[in-house]
Amino acid sequence: MSEGHGIDRRDFMRGAAAAAFVGGAYAAVGDKGEEMVWQLDPNKCTQCGRCSTHCVLNPSAVKCMNQFNICGYCDLCFGYLQPGSRGRDTGAENELCPTAAIKRTYIEDPYYEYVIEEEKCIGCAKCVKACLVFGNASFYLQIRQDICINCNECSIAKACPSDSFKRVPKLQPYIYLTGDVSTTKSQPSSDPNPPQTTLGPRSENS
Amino acid sequence: MKTVRSLLVVGLFLLPAMLSVAAEMRFPPPDFQTDYKIPDLNSPAPVSSNGTRDAIILFIALSVTTWMVFKARSRRGLFIISIFSLAYFGFYRTGCICPVGSTQNVMAAVFLPDVGVSVAVLSFFVMPLLFSLFFGRVFCASVCPLGAIQELVAIAPIRISPALDRTLGLGRYVYLGLAVLGVATGSGFFICRWDPFVGIYRMGHSFGMLLAGGAILTLGIFVARPYCRFLCPYGIMLGWMSRFSKWHLDIPPSPCVKCRLCENSCPYNAINMPIPSHLVGDPEAGKRRIRRLVYVSPLIIAVGATLGYLSYEPLSRMHPKVALSERIAAENIGKLTTDTLETRTFRAGKQTVDELNAQAVQIREYFKTGGAWFGGFLALIICLKLIGLSTAPKRDIYTPNKETCFSCGRCYPYCPVEPLPKRS
Ligand code: SF4
Ligand code: SF4
Ligand code: SF4
Ligand code: SF4
Ligand code: SF4
Repeated sequence: MSEGHGIDRRDFMRGAAAAAFVGGAYAAVGDKGEEMVWQLDPNKCTQCGRCSTHCVLNPSAVKCMNQFNICGYCDLCFGYLQPGSRGRDTGAENELCPTAAIKRTYIEDPYYEYVIEEEKCIGCAKCVKACLVFGNASFYLQIRQDICINCNECSIAKACPSDSFKRVPKLQPYIYLTGDVSTTKSQPSSDPNPPQTTLGPRSENS
Repeated sequence: MKTVRSLLVVGLFLLPAMLSVAAEMRFPPPDFQTDYKIPDLNSPAPVSSNGTRDAIILFIALSVTTWMVFKARSRRGLFIISIFSLAYFGFYRTGCICPVGSTQNVMAAVFLPDVGVSVAVLSFFVMPLLFSLFFGRVFCASVCPLGAIQELVAIAPIRISPALDRTLGLGRYVYLGLAVLGVATGSGFFICRWDPFVGIYRMGHSFGMLLAGGAILTLGIFVARPYCRFLCPYGIMLGWMSRFSKWHLDIPPSPCVKCRLCENSCPYNAINMPIPSHLVGDPEAGKRRIRRLVYVSPLIIAVGATLGYLSYEPLSRMHPKVALSERIAAENIGKLTTDTLETRTFRAGKQTVDELNAQAVQIREYFKTGGAWFGGFLALIICLKLIGLSTAPKRDIYTPNKETCFSCGRCYPYCPVEPLPKRS
């Protein structure tokens, strides 16, 4: 470090290198602008159950949600009750959900509302599968973005057999099923074959 | 404009599908008589505070470490910061996101067309490198959660020969090359996938990871910081920066008296020893050796690139699609008799085997190009290392090797030299 010469050449080079490095790094990635977060595509999910076991969080950041506008509000909800429970009471031992995370509320005859209590849901997809096979497929899994810590590489993405996980823009972090044109938010998709967001393609997988 | 139009097109395309939903639903949505309102979907936004908060904590940790290395010169202080980093970045934040892994996010943003990276992640990548450019590898000293856990277990370190150390150290370049290859070909983030310590941070996340972590830590009791020295890809970049750093830790606080007391203090072979004058080679001979190496290196690089190109097949198996396609083929000809969740799911899906194989062929093509780069890169590194070895510089005092020194401060207590009295 030379004395009395102000900035010497090495320092200058170092400063220039630092500036070029930071500037270059931001320029190389900055113009992509949008931040991305992980989400799973319910059109691809095959309810394998790994969502509940492979998240780095315990319980998983993946939860079931009920998209009410395509829910049938059925009295006999297959996502809610064990198969063959008809006529029995709706006690916890008859519920399909291993953690009794689905809350059933009477609305009016013959309709019931089913709300997923997210603190209890472990994302096991049992109810999702049942609702898909027997019902309207209004239950499906999503990463709850307020819980997910947005890992570098989502641990479930590595393990998902259906290749359901992808990065989506942070501003549109959920992938909804378009059950109803007026109220369902659909994701603009860069996918050349936009998913047919009805029951069709999903039931083939089940 | 273009996006608006394509959105419209997509919308029109989806419209019939949407309108037919009511008909396709097994149970039509009810027509409520009471004033029950269909609830809105609860869709909480992503937590964004974590990234920023962590970036600030990273900056503070780096600053405090720098102070400990240069001003306090306290091995103990560095040890305490290590414990903090391990607890916070390791166990509390489950080792994610860390600067080592953020390398891949940055590479993904560079290579892949539609992947962006947040400013917080970018600062995770940039900050330790900048600190390194000015102060040496203070990040490795006690901020890196991977380094901290190894530093804490290194209780009975033995020294291995510098030649072996250097040879094994080439592993870091292999790892870096594979990580870039993984990102560029869309195979995944290998640094995260093979991170041996996340299993421990996440308390038993997967058995394989736990086992790898345990093995490396056990080895790390005797061979200090094996991951850092032989595997860490980020350490390469930190080392490059540190080589040109403005300031760097010195073993003695004032001029070295060559007492040799620190000679065996560094478990990382990171102390440059004085070179006895009879071993300092003839500079002319060194120059000749270098010239010869520079002439043959294009050949070596070409050979490396060719070998890389030729190994595209095994390399491409790191991509899950290729692995799946090969597994399906093996099951179909009866070579494998059990199926896996992956192959079962594939068979239940809509994609045909031909489509999958076509994808796999495409991915293998990427690996041909990528493999050539990978091989060429490794060969280049070997050439550079050989050139670096061809001259023995004149050295007569004990100094830390700026590139490989982790600034851990283990050598401080060995040095008997007192700091010069402060001028008042
Ligand atoms: S891992 Fe994939 S297929 Fe399995 S439940 Fe999760 S999203 Fe569905
Ligand atoms: S069955 Fe599984 S996915 Fe459905 S609510 Fe219960 S825990 Fe969640
Ligand atoms: S990104 Fe991480 S926290 Fe989020 S769902 Fe995946 S594994 Fe879980
Ligand atoms: S060498 Fe790598 S793993 Fe080790 S402390 Fe440095 S950055 Fe962390
Ligand atoms: S500070 Fe550097 S030279 Fe000293 S013991 Fe640590 S790694 Fe070795």
